[in-house]
Amino acid sequence: MIQFDKFTLPNGLRVLVHEDSSTPMAVVNVMYDVGARDEDPAKTGFAHLFEHLMFGGSVNIPSYDEPLQVAGGENNAYTTNDLTNYYCQLPAENIETAFWLESDRMLSLAFSKKSLEVQRKVVMEEFKEHYINKPYGDVWFKMRELVYTVHPYRWQTIGKELSHIEKATINDVKKFFFKHYCPANAILVVAGNTTTAQVKELAEKWFANIPAGEKYQRHLPTEPKQTAPRKAIVKSNVPLDALYKCWHMSDRLDDGYYAAELITDILSGGGSSRLYQSLVKEQQLFSNIDCYHFGSTDAGILTIEGKLVRGISMETADRAVELEMEKIKDTLIEEKELQKVKNKTESALAFEDMSIMNRASSLANYELLGNAGLINEELTKYHSITREDIRRYARQIFDVNNCSTLYYYAEADHAAGAGTDHPQ
Amino acid sequence: MLNRTTAPPIKDAIDFNLQLKPYQKFTLDNGIEVYAVDAGAEEVMQLEWVFFAGNWYEEQNMVAATTNYLLKNGTSGKTAFEVNEHFEYYGAYLNRACYNETATLSLHCLSKHTAELLPVVSEIITDAVFPEDELHLYKQNNKQRLSVSLKKSEFVAGRLIDEYVFGIDHPYGKYSSAVAYDALNRPLLQSFYSKYYQQSKYIIFIAGKLPKDIAAQLNTNFGQMTISKTAADKFHVIKPAAEKKYRIINESDGVQGSIRMGRLFPNRHHPDFTKATVLNNIFGGFFGSRLMSNIREDKGYTYGIHSYILNHQHESAWMVSTEAGRDVCEPTIQEVYKEMDILRNKPVKKDELLLVKNYMLGSTLGDLDGPFHIIGKWKNIILNGLPETYFYDAVAAIKSVSAKELQELANKYFTAADFYELVVI
Repeated sequence: MIQFDKFTLPNGLRVLVHEDSSTPMAVVNVMYDVGARDEDPAKTGFAHLFEHLMFGGSVNIPSYDEPLQVAGGENNAYTTNDLTNYYCQLPAENIETAFWLESDRMLSLAFSKKSLEVQRKVVMEEFKEHYINKPYGDVWFKMRELVYTVHPYRWQTIGKELSHIEKATINDVKKFFFKHYCPANAILVVAGNTTTAQVKELAEKWFANIPAGEKYQRHLPTEPKQTAPRKAIVKSNVPLDALYKCWHMSDRLDDGYYAAELITDILSGGGSSRLYQSLVKEQQLFSNIDCYHFGSTDAGILTIEGKLVRGISMETADRAVELEMEKIKDTLIEEKELQKVKNKTESALAFEDMSIMNRASSLANYELLGNAGLINEELTKYHSITREDIRRYARQIFDVNNCSTLYYYAEADHAAGAGTDHPQ
Repeated sequence: MLNRTTAPPIKDAIDFNLQLKPYQKFTLDNGIEVYAVDAGAEEVMQLEWVFFAGNWYEEQNMVAATTNYLLKNGTSGKTAFEVNEHFEYYGAYLNRACYNETATLSLHCLSKHTAELLPVVSEIITDAVFPEDELHLYKQNNKQRLSVSLKKSEFVAGRLIDEYVFGIDHPYGKYSSAVAYDALNRPLLQSFYSKYYQQSKYIIFIAGKLPKDIAAQLNTNFGQMTISKTAADKFHVIKPAAEKKYRIINESDGVQGSIRMGRLFPNRHHPDFTKATVLNNIFGGFFGSRLMSNIREDKGYTYGIHSYILNHQHESAWMVSTEAGRDVCEPTIQEVYKEMDILRNKPVKKDELLLVKNYMLGSTLGDLDGPFHIIGKWKNIILNGLPETYFYDAVAAIKSVSAKELQELANKYFTAADFYELVVI
């Protein structure tokens, strides 16, 4: 059970406090209700580029990092398709430094041209490092466009292409800031060795006089129901053939989300999971195979991806995966197997809750979904799922018309050369 | 009116009184030592069995890593599937890892499940059988995985810099290959297992919310096996490469270069070690470091650049690592040397030194949060054979180190001629 208090400032900033006196540290977490799904399709990657610019100085403070480091603190941030989150951890005695820094960059940025120029380059190197200069690095550009026809989950947070980042202007930056970065669109969570009274006082002092801004109204296109299987083929300079399959699944607040989570664990949650045992160990069709989902707020993707053992054909591998889908659709799973994945979930939640950093970002996440109290209802939701639910949702998800398949082939000349150890 | 331009007052982290919670120690009937930290609010715990079975002790490449990996792939009474299912049924994670000197089994579980889990860990330590078909699959799948990794410049660069600094035959310098996988066989693993797991003394570290009878449980499961010896230390000679500079094309159409620079550096027992960690932080050890400020935040050549001292027991190395745009690799290397020169020629200013000390001590304070972090600190001290006061000595050294001492260290170690440098495209 995670205890927390909540209050809202007159400007609309929601504040949550989680007291934990067993640690000498405090975490200050600010989550903004904006992610890559809120981007203009012609300017993708912007929410993430913007996250970098949040460290380029704010209206009254030239550097964010230095004063925090002087106070013994560390910080970072991340952007997803749904949200942007900034967090710092510092000795609890110095907690006010974090309020000072976070409130100033919510008030306004410095909008430095130099910072934009440099961070554009930095993000382009990040793009290259993770998506171009890696075998299979381009998969999710192609796969997302296959799975989504209209919803902005069509692109990844890094953006569709380098040129979108290259073209970002300081004007874009300003518009984005004033549209999304205001108290009405933010959640502040403070956790650790502090009290609600202290947080109230500091929040009023530093955040209360920031103009509320306009609450952002999200009107995203709903992805229409997929009515026929989709397929794409890629050939690339990689050593092994790889198979990717995706299915649409429920949104974050739907009961189906919890069933999908357990289904991914049944299929690939460990050394005794179905796909690993059947396809890697027994049939030896894949050298590795994984099943996971993206945890997204709007209706998401459940995926299976694996690399084929050399000599196995794509069609054989694909059929074997489909056969496993048929099994979970046709036959009720054993009570013991369901209990296994529920136990795993219970312990995963307990381990996650060990650090105040995780507790703080979870609280912000659930509050953004509509209710921080959900944090204490998760386990019950997982426990209430029955064997019949698993079969029902498996049938819904693994419908052939709900599936997108990508055959990612190794170009022949590269496949043959693989296995050399000493690059010349 | 609120003054937003002035920072609120802070307490300097160098004035903090950092405390490392002491461990409890007990010895099982057969002499195996257990170090325990009982703390935390959640009903979870971590147990780690540390064997002196790293690649330091192997006679043939990959034998230590493979033995460690296949520990849980079958005992005489259970298949690999049954072993995995047992731990997973209780929501527990049984992992293994092989390092240079040590190899470990680690268990993360809810504290209430130890009675069901520990007997199977014991079975793995005494009765692993390394089935032929499991070894076959391991070789096949790891060779495939390796072929993918070898397409990544950062993977290739990481292996080569170790080879240059330590020599390809040294445990710190050698690496996997398809040939090495092919040369593995079951008798090699069985004999390594028998010598370094079944018969040798190991150490147990436990942390978290511990069951009241944990000592008795451990004694029943691990205190009765016969331990005949302590692993004799082995001696390995470092053979650094003669040539210092390398430029390698791994993928002709690569858009970035993986840059690695490194030099030998003494281990934790050397008086320079802790003070050098402060110099390392200033140089490239954290987000506010000089390398990051210059090469990322001013020039935008890279997404990240870091320097670090390797976590080796015998002999260490000081490394710089980054992935930079293909056309800015050479300027990046020049800037790294330039930052070394500045540290050699000019003392670090007072404000920057205080910032780095505060940052390091603040982050040490954060690292003391929770039982798993605390046992991690003790494990480092115990396995490296460091004095019990090491944590406090290190904190004192960070607090007291002067700009003059750091400049002396820079002059001693930041000598360009001693650095290997490598770019892999």
